[in-house]
Amino acid sequence: MGCNGSTLAKIHNLDELILETGFSSSHICRLYDRFHALDKDDKGSLNRSDFQNISELAVNPLGDRIINAFFPDGMDLIDFNSFVRILARFRPVDQNPKKEPNAPEPINSRVNKLKFAFQLYDQDKDGKISKNELLQVLRMMLGVQVTEEQLESITDRTIQEADLDGDNAISFKEFKKSLDKVDIEHKMSIRFLR
Amino acid sequence: MEDFGNIVCSAFIVWLTLVVGLIVLPAMFGISLGITEVYMKVLVKTLEWATLRIQRGSKEQQKPTTLVSNGIILRDDGSMEKEITDLRKGRSKPQINGEFELSDIFYFSKKGFESIVEDEVTHRFTSEELVSWNLLTRSNNNFQYISLRISIIWVLGVCIRYCILLPLRVTLATIGLSWLVIGASLVGLLPNSRVKNWLSELVHLMCYRICARGLSATICYHNKENRPMKGGICVANHTSPIDIVILANDGCYAMVGQVHGGLLGIIQRAIVKACPHVWFERSEMKDRSLVTKRLRNHVADKTKLPILIFPEGTCVNNTSVMMFKKGSFEIGGTIYPVAIKYDPRFGDAFWNSAKYNMVSYLIRMMTSWAIVCDVWYLPSMIRQEEESAVQFANRVKAAIARQGGLVDLSWDGGLKRAKVKDTYKEEQQKSYSKMIVGDDSS
Repeated sequence: MGCNGSTLAKIHNLDELILETGFSSSHICRLYDRFHALDKDDKGSLNRSDFQNISELAVNPLGDRIINAFFPDGMDLIDFNSFVRILARFRPVDQNPKKEPNAPEPINSRVNKLKFAFQLYDQDKDGKISKNELLQVLRMMLGVQVTEEQLESITDRTIQEADLDGDNAISFKEFKKSLDKVDIEHKMSIRFLR
Repeated sequence: MEDFGNIVCSAFIVWLTLVVGLIVLPAMFGISLGITEVYMKVLVKTLEWATLRIQRGSKEQQKPTTLVSNGIILRDDGSMEKEITDLRKGRSKPQINGEFELSDIFYFSKKGFESIVEDEVTHRFTSEELVSWNLLTRSNNNFQYISLRISIIWVLGVCIRYCILLPLRVTLATIGLSWLVIGASLVGLLPNSRVKNWLSELVHLMCYRICARGLSATICYHNKENRPMKGGICVANHTSPIDIVILANDGCYAMVGQVHGGLLGIIQRAIVKACPHVWFERSEMKDRSLVTKRLRNHVADKTKLPILIFPEGTCVNNTSVMMFKKGSFEIGGTIYPVAIKYDPRFGDAFWNSAKYNMVSYLIRMMTSWAIVCDVWYLPSMIRQEEESAVQFANRVKAAIARQGGLVDLSWDGGLKRAKVKDTYKEEQQKSYSKMIVGDDSS
């Protein structure tokens, strides 16, 4: 354990990872240690159960949704590089990005953070948040504390406000517009202290 | 060959005499010859020098020096309500309480991701990270090769620790433990009387002092006037099995615990002959009322030694205090809280039972530089009339955390091995629902 040359050597494609995610090598080192701390059976990859062992995550109402975000396309295991790529979405937005004309949008841009949040709602990935999907998320966040009627009325009201083209669902464009003034850069970012 | 054998024998005898004369005997009578002090002074000077060199070296490599913080990511301290309200700012509509916003999801997802990168519970079961390297390989977490001189000192350190200190400490520990078993058994033969109690205390103290020397332990006791008295319960934060040696160096306690087999079992059976400790069979431990009854009986007898209990129930890494189990606080009687804080520069005292078994842990202890710790005796506390056991436990825990400079957590130390209960999730859902639909749903 430890952030020295030997640790960095164990990570595949380190340079690519640094380029893609924007994390520094010492941050990647720390994430590597964390990955292995979570991987109690030393499999070299994490499954859902490893995430569920994190107490703070298990008590988070959206815990299961967040865990699902790490296992796209029905996979059951995640390796370190993918782990880092997903966490990279929460990197603070770069203040002065070097804008090359044909460069792809960085993983942690405002738009990509919004896309990520959108996907937490839109489970069937049809590009729209339907009333049902919104109901599901609300039920997760509120548990048994509210009645079915209250949930319905909240859902209806929310869709009414955000829906601009009248299809009774929220598209990504409408989602983005609705969150236009929210300080995403700060609220969807995790800052490393060292 | 025979001559060689003779030389080895006589060398061993000389060595043993020196050890006994210079260390064991003074330890038994609580006198210090000053050898440890000199050793510590040299050690501190060397570590300070090493720190300066490392800092100089790292400046050249442009690594930022940071303060010791207990985490690696920056966390917002706000409550759920504050954070979600912040998220909703900037909406063109006026704030009405009792509404859901799409942005609310950000709060939960950020918290979720933060906990994936670092969570309070797992964090407390790994050794504390040091600001600057203390020349032990085991704490080499982020420090790279600096200079030839440091490496030479490190090699010298390894030689001293493994070739000189380790055999010395093992000898001392063996002497200490054997004397404990023999002495306690001898005292146990005497009939019950004040002389027996006095002798038993003497034997215990002597042996723990020898064991403490066996770890090069430098202990500083503060506020000795608050020392636990007979018929009371002493409560302390738990970092390692060595806590017992640390505390028992300054007073005699009745231990509480499960009956073990092997070496520990022999020690247990011997010392219970000299003075009443409370040992439970594994089956008895499950019966909480039985445990409480026996402890209550012990406490009620004012001539018996104070009980020593570690309410966390497991070893934590000495940066925080985890939930105190309420069982010890239901017994009644006076509670004497004690805070123990180890100095991590000289050796990492935390026992990570998932990683190391007892033997490898003890070897790690004996090859550290030293064990340096502070012990604070806090003023006694009694449970108030309207206080529940849980509230009392939290009050004591807060006092200990404050004194020792430790973080006060409500997480259960048992989460090291078990899953968290769903009730905590429900609490979060409850707080959130209050924001959405208001108190007492309309």
